[in-house]
Amino acid sequence: MELNNFLKKRKIPLAWLLLTRQPLRILVAIAGIAFAGILMFMQLGFRDGLFDASVTVHKLFDADLVLISPRSKSSISMSGFPRRRLIQAMAHKDVIGTTAVNWNFLLWRNPENLSTRSILALGFEPSKPLLIESNFERKADTLKNKGRVLFDDLSRDEFGPISAWFKEGRLVETEVAGKRVRVSGIVSLGPSFGADGNLITSSETYLQLSPGNPKGSIEIGLVRLKKGSDIENVVRSLNLSLPSDVKVMSLKSFIDFEKNYWKSSTSIGFIFTLGAAMGFVVGCVIVYQILYSDVSDHLPEYATLMAMGYNLKSLLGVVAREGLILSVMGYIPAYVSGQALYALVRSSTKLPVEMSFSRALTIFCLILFMCMGSALAAMKKLADADPAEIF
Amino acid sequence: MNNINNNTLDIVSLNHWYGHGEMRRHVLQSVSMEISPGEVVLLTGPSGCGKTTLLTLIGALRKVQDGDLKVLGKQLFGASRKTRQKLRKNIGMIFQGHNLLRCLTAEQNVQMGADLLNGFSYKARRAQSREWLRTVGLEDHLSKLPHDLSGGQKQRVAIARALAARPKLLLADEPTSALDSSTGREIVDLLKKLASEQSCSVLMVTHDPRILDVADRLLRMEDGQILPSV
Repeated sequence: MELNNFLKKRKIPLAWLLLTRQPLRILVAIAGIAFAGILMFMQLGFRDGLFDASVTVHKLFDADLVLISPRSKSSISMSGFPRRRLIQAMAHKDVIGTTAVNWNFLLWRNPENLSTRSILALGFEPSKPLLIESNFERKADTLKNKGRVLFDDLSRDEFGPISAWFKEGRLVETEVAGKRVRVSGIVSLGPSFGADGNLITSSETYLQLSPGNPKGSIEIGLVRLKKGSDIENVVRSLNLSLPSDVKVMSLKSFIDFEKNYWKSSTSIGFIFTLGAAMGFVVGCVIVYQILYSDVSDHLPEYATLMAMGYNLKSLLGVVAREGLILSVMGYIPAYVSGQALYALVRSSTKLPVEMSFSRALTIFCLILFMCMGSALAAMKKLADADPAEIF
Repeated sequence: MNNINNNTLDIVSLNHWYGHGEMRRHVLQSVSMEISPGEVVLLTGPSGCGKTTLLTLIGALRKVQDGDLKVLGKQLFGASRKTRQKLRKNIGMIFQGHNLLRCLTAEQNVQMGADLLNGFSYKARRAQSREWLRTVGLEDHLSKLPHDLSGGQKQRVAIARALAARPKLLLADEPTSALDSSTGREIVDLLKKLASEQSCSVLMVTHDPRILDVADRLLRMEDGQILPSV
């Protein structure tokens, strides 16, 4: 019914015809908008990807609460705290299990070309839960032998073709911190901004690899609670009962804590947001330029329409529709190229850069705003259309 | 002053000035005239005598400064912008240059005129536009862009566009000046024929002595004044 009414009442689609009968101009406009869109997609994608990447391991922890030292500021600068705080935490009636985790960077030797590179090593007791990953328990079991490590197959290629070799059935042995280790399994965690790769090992092996680590000192304590416990409540009471050399937080706030570090204590957020803003400004300038020259070129025609009895409002509508059409036509190639570039970034940097719905929507809104704002500015030129001048 | 009749156009002592202060020029000096329904009036005179100014005032394109100007019963002295814009829908205009929209085909250009009518569906308006183009003899050029049409054909499209809005008054400003004499003749004859079929009054400004005979009445203008009829 609505559509029928529209079909009956519709008029010549002037905005569409004005744009499409000037192929060169519309191509320039689309290229410009798409360029701005791609720039925004990339910058915001990198930004969010880096923030997400900083918590790839955090998200996988099998825990409700996390204990860290109050001196820890981020995953790349973790301080230790006494392991017995975890045992004290067990005293709380809602706590059903804990895992002590060592977390530090060690030097990994690439077994193929023998170069070394810093890798994030996690040490834990293999009999306890650590990650929520299928088959993890079975893999963890292999760590009960000394000198065994699980290697993250999403680590950057510079660490060597570990998982490929492992899957071929080869015995993969290399050095970590100058000591011989054997890869006994493959896990999938993903590199983060701070760590190019990850490995997991038992506490025993970990202490062997990093003998300087003070006895009884750990970097992260994972705490699991009874089903249905009030997490915030437990966090509060543990923070009260435990000494101040440890800080208790929920897993979610631990993740936020890490993201926040990268957001607020580094320039990443600022740099990439600024990059996106520049894309926006460039887009505005291009669309304004296109629409302004379009209105100027057609000024006598607009004046003619006014002389025929079209009111200014309907002509402003034509410019607004031009902006709307441009925004949609520019967004589509930007979105498609964004997807392609994200895939490229994922494969070459292994950062988790995904096309999220909210970002796709945000950028569409930005492009829409950009086009409509420019249309609005270009409309001022329409006021110069004086029908009295055309005779 | 209270002219109670149904004339298409009534002007009583219309004055108009351009510029300010020392530079102020009195371009229309107490002009009075009227046009009755269906009448074809030609207005001639040397350039700069105020013809075009008069035309833009009648076409509701300019604000009236002084005097009485009634078009289709609407007083334009002191009329708002909105009133003038609405009135323009009932006034057809044909320009010296054709002033077609370059990005629209002949048919679409005519439909820009038909689109001003309320109460017709898109299909009906399109059918009317085609009918008008057939009437002006361009049925084979419906989907051509102005760029691909000759000068005479463009002026025919412009006539079809002006008439498609079903005006009661048609204003034409030297419609033949860009055309050769035989084409000019055809255009003016067509204009007159169609206008009389629609009982639409015509006011045409022209320099072209070859077309003066189409007029029901001839007005001469000089120095901003209409000369007494010859």
